[in-house]
Amino acid sequence: MASGVKPRVKVPKKASAGAAVTIKTLISHKMESGQRKDDQGKAIPRSIINRFTADFNGQNVIDVALEPAISTNPYFEFEAVVPESGEFTFTWYDDDGDIYSTARKIEVS
Amino acid sequence: MELTRRKVLALGTGTLAFAGFPALARLADGVIADITGGAELREGGISLSAPEIAENGNTVPVRVDAPGAVAITLLADGNPVPNVATFRFGPMSASRGASTRIRLAKTQNVLALAEMEDGSFRMTKAEVKVTIGGCGG
Repeated sequence: MASGVKPRVKVPKKASAGAAVTIKTLISHKMESGQRKDDQGKAIPRSIINRFTADFNGQNVIDVALEPAISTNPYFEFEAVVPESGEFTFTWYDDDGDIYSTARKIEVS
Repeated sequence: MELTRRKVLALGTGTLAFAGFPALARLADGVIADITGGAELREGGISLSAPEIAENGNTVPVRVDAPGAVAITLLADGNPVPNVATFRFGPMSASRGASTRIRLAKTQNVLALAEMEDGSFRMTKAEVKVTIGGCGG
């Protein structure tokens, strides 16, 4: 599932030092659970994103292990502390070995 | 005592409430034992918010918070595979909590199990009634 995968993240552009910022992430992915069957009754093989990580200036914010029970287009909302200006990096790991990533800068005053 | 439908239902809910954690499905029990290594499960210090009724089991919004947690695992005891997700919090995490959307195959309990900084485990659960299941088929 390397096609049509598009990460979207929402990070505030500015924040005050040491404040907690709310981050929302979503990635378009069908998250095939491996439980479904096709028209011929054959099981459709599992194909999901199995791990998601968010880091700020190289330090981890959250590391999520995903199972097939996570909905299509996995969505996460969480909070991070920002002691200084920097960059958030978001990474999703696909079952097929693909890695999707995106980054957002934040200005801290 | 005459057993009316209403009384039977009330009896059922009462028993469930008293039985508490031992009443969970066996699959989920195994997963919990794997995580805790048999350590005692305490209540409190963890909150899980999920809708009481989910019209569509394909995408059920949940939020879990456990201040002081190192990791939180979400489980669904009525799914074919009970594991849902495990959140591990790093040094830049501001709150030990997260929201996501999950799949539920049928009406069941969603469990949240938190591993705290002191090595203890906390657990809470929420029942979600599912109108349309989320496991294809």
